Amino acid sequence: MTVKMKKDVNPIDSRLNHLTEPPDELFVPAPLDRDVSEEIMTPSISFWQEARERLFKNKGAVFSLIVLALLTLLALVGPAINEHSYRSQNIAHSNLPPKVAGLEWLGFDGKDVKGNDVYATRNIEENYWFGTDEFGRDLWTRVWKGTQISLFIAVVAAALDLAIGVLYGGISSFYGGRLDNIMQRIIEVLVGIPNLIVIILFILILEPGITSIILALVVTGWVGMARVVRGQILQLKGQEFILASRTLGASNARLIGKHLLPNVMGPIIVTVMFTIPTAIFFEAFLSFIGLGLQAPLASLGVLIEDGYKSMRYFSYKLIFPAAVISLIMISFNLLADGLRDALDPKMRR
Amino acid sequence: MHPSFCFMVRISPATVVFKDRGVNVKGYIFKRVGFMIVTLFVIVTATFFLMQLIPGTPFTNPEKLTEKQLVILNAKYGLDQPVAIQYLKYIGNLLQGDLGYSFQYEGRTVFSMIGDRIGPSAFIGLQALIFGSIIGLLLGIFSALKHNSVYDYLSVTIAVLGMSIPSFVFAALLQYYVGVKLEWLPVALWEGYSSTILPSFALSVTVIATVARFIRSEMLEVLGQDYVTTARAKGLSEWTVIVKHVTRNALIPVVTMLGPLAVSIMTGTLVIEKIFSVPGLGEQFTLSILVLDYSVIMGITLFYSGLFILVVFLVDILYGLLDPRIDYKGAEQS
Repeated sequence: MTVKMKKDVNPIDSRLNHLTEPPDELFVPAPLDRDVSEEIMTPSISFWQEARERLFKNKGAVFSLIVLALLTLLALVGPAINEHSYRSQNIAHSNLPPKVAGLEWLGFDGKDVKGNDVYATRNIEENYWFGTDEFGRDLWTRVWKGTQISLFIAVVAAALDLAIGVLYGGISSFYGGRLDNIMQRIIEVLVGIPNLIVIILFILILEPGITSIILALVVTGWVGMARVVRGQILQLKGQEFILASRTLGASNARLIGKHLLPNVMGPIIVTVMFTIPTAIFFEAFLSFIGLGLQAPLASLGVLIEDGYKSMRYFSYKLIFPAAVISLIMISFNLLADGLRDALDPKMRR
Repeated sequence: MHPSFCFMVRISPATVVFKDRGVNVKGYIFKRVGFMIVTLFVIVTATFFLMQLIPGTPFTNPEKLTEKQLVILNAKYGLDQPVAIQYLKYIGNLLQGDLGYSFQYEGRTVFSMIGDRIGPSAFIGLQALIFGSIIGLLLGIFSALKHNSVYDYLSVTIAVLGMSIPSFVFAALLQYYVGVKLEWLPVALWEGYSSTILPSFALSVTVIATVARFIRSEMLEVLGQDYVTTARAKGLSEWTVIVKHVTRNALIPVVTMLGPLAVSIMTGTLVIEKIFSVPGLGEQFTLSILVLDYSVIMGITLFYSGLFILVVFLVDILYGLLDPRIDYKGAEQS
C-alpha cells in the first residue's frame, strides 16, 4: 500500500530547493517611477465573482445546475405539452405502457410485461410517453405536475425555514445575554425531538394537503438554520470590522444589513440547498406512508406510492417518478456540496 | 438520512461543554441528563395535547356505535374526563412504566405491543448498521488512500447516490428487481434469515454512503497532518502508518455519525418495514397512525424519542472520552 506524499510536506526537499535558488546579486531593483503611484494590475475580484468561478469549475455542480434547470423547466411546461390534464380520466386508455415514436429501442415500445403491444391490441392511436395509470390518466402530465408540486412544497418550506431561522438565530446571537440563553435552551430541547415524529403528528392534526405539509416541515426545519446563523453571527460579532463600524456610529440595522448578513450569506445558501432535498424527501416519505397529498393531486411521493402498489405488472409507473425524484435529490446534493466548497472562505487564496 | 441533518449533528460535539476537564465532567453529565428529562417531558406533553387535537375517534366504525356504547367505551378508556385529568393520569402511569392500553387491540397493553414488535426492527436495524458501517469504512478508507483515482471517483459516486436516493425508492426498486424479477430473495414477509437480507440492505445504503463520505474526508485530513510525516520519517512501514496512525485517528470522529445514522435507520424502518412486511415497530407505527390508535402512537413516539435522545447523549460522552484533544474549553460560545 503506498500513498502519494504531498510535495510541500517533505522538509528535506524544501531545504534543497532553497540551496538551488538564484543568488542575491542576480536581483536588480525594478525601475521606480516616482510620478506614477502603485497600481493593482489584475482586476480585483469580489467574493461572489470568485465563488461563482469556483462553482463553475466544479463539474458535478455544473451538471446539477443544468439538470435542475431542465427539470424545473419540464415541471413548469411539461403538464401543458399535451392535451391531458393531471386529473382527466379515460378508462378506455387505462394501464397503457409508455410509448414514444422513434424511441422504441429504449423500452418506450408500448409493450406490456408479456411483450404484447397493448396499443395495437386495444386499437389506440395516440402515444402516451410515460404510459397511463389505472384510471387512464396520462403519466407524463402527472409526473411533471407532481415534480412541480414537490418542488413548490420544498422551495416554500425552505424559504420559510430561512426567514424564521435567520430571524431567530440573528436575534438570539446579535442581542446575546439572557435572551440568547433562553432562546438557546428552547432550541436545545427542540433539537432533542426527532423531527420525523413531529412532522407526522402535525400532519395527523392538520388535514392532509400542501399547506399542512409545508407547515409540518417548517415546524422542525427552521431550527437547523437558526443554529447555523447564530454560530456565524457570534463569530463575526467579535471581529474588528464590526467594532470599527460601531465606533463610527453605525446603527444596529446598518450593522446587520451591511456587515453581518452579507457575511453569513454563504452558509445560509448552503443550508437552504440542503434543506430543499430534505423537504422533497419528507414530502415523498409522508405520501408513501399514506399521510401526504391525496389523489387526484399528484406529487412525486403520491406517484411513487401509486407506482409501488402496481409495480409487479406495471413497473413503468414506479420507475419514472423514482427516476425524477432521485435526479432531483442527487442534483441538489451535488450542487450544495459544490456551493459549500465554493463559498468556504478558507478555500480563498 | 438527509444531508442537512448530518451537517447539524457534526457540529454537536463542539458544543459539548466541559469547563474544566475532570472536575466538571460529572457536572456536565448531570446537566445533560437534566436536559434529557426536560426534553422527554416536553415531548410527552406536546404529543399528549397534539393527540387531543387530532380529528376523529380511535374506535373502529364509530358511526355504528350507539350513544350508549360510546359513553361506555369513553368511560372505559377514561376519555370522558377533562383533558387535564387525563394528562395527569397519563404522566402518573408513565412514571410507573405503564403506557396504557391499545384502542384497537382489545386488552393489549402498549408496552407489550412494543415488546412484541421491537425484535425484528432491532434485528434489521443493527444488521444494517453493522453491515453498512463495515462497507462504508472500507469504501471510504480505500477511496482516501487512492485519492483522485478511478476507484476514488467510483466510491464518491456511490456515496452521492446512496445519500440522495430515498431509501424507500431504493427499497421498492430492490424488491422489484431482486425479489420479483430475479427471484433471488424473498419479496416480503418474515420467514427465516433470507427475508432479513433485502430490508437490511435497503436500510444500510444510507449508512454506507454517510460513513464512506465522512471517513474519506477525515482520512484525507489526517493524511496531511505533521505526525503522519513524522511517522513515515521514523521509517515505520506504510502499513503501520496507515493502520496505527491514520485510520485510528480518522475513526474517532466517525462516532459522531452514530446519532444521525440511528435517526436515518429509525426513519428508514418506518417505510422499509411497510414495503417488506416486516412485523416491526415501524410497521406498527404506520398502521396505528392510519387507524388513530392514540395510545400506541404515543407509546411508540415516546420510545423513539427516548432512544434518539439516549443515542445522542451517549455519542457526545463517548466522543469526549475517545478524543483526548477535545478540551471542551471555551466551547460555550459556539
